[in-house]
Amino acid sequence: MPDFLLNALLAGLALALVAGPLGSFVVWRRMAYFGDTLSHAALFGVALGLMLDVNLTLAVAVGCVLLALLLVTLQQRQPLASDTLLGILAHSTLSLGLVSLSFMKDVRVDLMGYLFGDLLAVGPVDLAWIIGGSALVLLILVPLWRPLLAITVHEELARVEGLPVAAIRLALMLLIAVVIAVAMKIVGVLLITSLLIIPAAAAQRHARTPEQMALGASILGIVAVCLGLTLSWYEDTPAGPSIVVSAAALFLLSFAWPRRA
Amino acid sequence: MSECLIRLQDIHLGFAGKPVLEGADLQVHRGEIVTLIGPNGAGKTTLVRIVLGLLKAGRGEVWRKPGLRLGYMPQKLHVDATLPLSVLRFLRLVPGVDRTRALAALGEVGAAQVIDSPLQKISGGELQRVLLARALLREPELLVLDEPVQGVDVAGQAELYRLIGRLRERYGCGVLMVSHDLHLVMSATDQVVCLNRHVCCSGHPEQVSADPAFIELFGQDARSLAIYHHQHDHRHDLHGSVVKPHVHGPNCKH
Repeated sequence: MPDFLLNALLAGLALALVAGPLGSFVVWRRMAYFGDTLSHAALFGVALGLMLDVNLTLAVAVGCVLLALLLVTLQQRQPLASDTLLGILAHSTLSLGLVSLSFMKDVRVDLMGYLFGDLLAVGPVDLAWIIGGSALVLLILVPLWRPLLAITVHEELARVEGLPVAAIRLALMLLIAVVIAVAMKIVGVLLITSLLIIPAAAAQRHARTPEQMALGASILGIVAVCLGLTLSWYEDTPAGPSIVVSAAALFLLSFAWPRRA
Repeated sequence: MSECLIRLQDIHLGFAGKPVLEGADLQVHRGEIVTLIGPNGAGKTTLVRIVLGLLKAGRGEVWRKPGLRLGYMPQKLHVDATLPLSVLRFLRLVPGVDRTRALAALGEVGAAQVIDSPLQKISGGELQRVLLARALLREPELLVLDEPVQGVDVAGQAELYRLIGRLRERYGCGVLMVSHDLHLVMSATDQVVCLNRHVCCSGHPEQVSADPAFIELFGQDARSLAIYHHQHDHRHDLHGSVVKPHVHGPNCKH
């Protein structure tokens, strides 16, 4: 297997593994649009990273975190509904990113790569960031799992029982921000959310416990990455979108599968 | 009097400039059942949220017994349909709970049969019992129930109230309950607090008169239903403000 394909495969597998449990929370907590907004902001993070000449994965993660904090503040301070606010922030940060990039005349930017991913161009350094980021998220997720479930079921009950709800919610946002930064290279800012929610939605129908759904989503994500890369290799299709198409196909297939009684 | 668990004095709180509580007082002692009644918008839920520590009082004094263990049964529980969660898993969200303890708590509230059912598939009455079981698993000193009989039919309501009375006997905990209904409060309630921004009046509920039609309708459960008679010694306008002139009665504390 050529090096670039091996790198792509490992990067995709790392992301799929962590996207399963995190994507399940995005589905349970109805945060799909929130994830979308953060990922649109990732492009602005790229522009900032290029401007300040720092590692792009780091810049994107920091950018997403800042946007998440801004969003939480705005939600408490003004009367607009969350989806309106998310719509405003998603598209204005994406546009801001595109406009800022166009100002950088001396930087050659592969815009399509950022928007739709450039998995086959993942180098050893990228791979290290992706695997490191995914491992970090998984490690943090383990002790957070039960508290996260508790606040997803009933926030006030969790608070009365002594859980630091605001901190746990913030931690979830930060984890999503890190995953978005990691996933940008793989599927691009426009497709990141799909990798979080499609495998989780596909696993949902057949899961009986939260853990089964999370694990099932990881497995389906891994299958989607393998299928997508195979398609890309043989038919020369773009890798990121091929993975998303494969995931969507698995989602449709989950309906054909008979549900356990 | 037994040990005081929580004491709220002269609580004021407003939202967006609109007063919700104006000088409310509340006390709950160990082994005592206190029922909070009052019309919509009277501030019952707000007062309970202050007791629970979910809201801070704008003005006034809140005293809790140090290290007070609270058990809370929320008004409703909405769990997203996509979250596959059995009743057992729901109860195990309380740290240190295993299947044996969960089953014991469910048995206590008469809902042992739903232990392996998905949380979203059980009936409204079963859900109330499961929520009560979760509050019990905390081994609470103070049990706070926000409209515990919501969505339960009348016979079921009486049974649920009797159950709460039994649990109080058994665990010796204090119980603070919100009831939306002015007329149906259990006879086991020690103290009824009528709230309308401030405490209008409070006292012991009276036993319901032995109306044959009442007993025929509810059977033996009628015993735990009572009509609370109280002397409302002042009037409220549509906004809940006290209409002046106001003659102070013996229970009037404002």
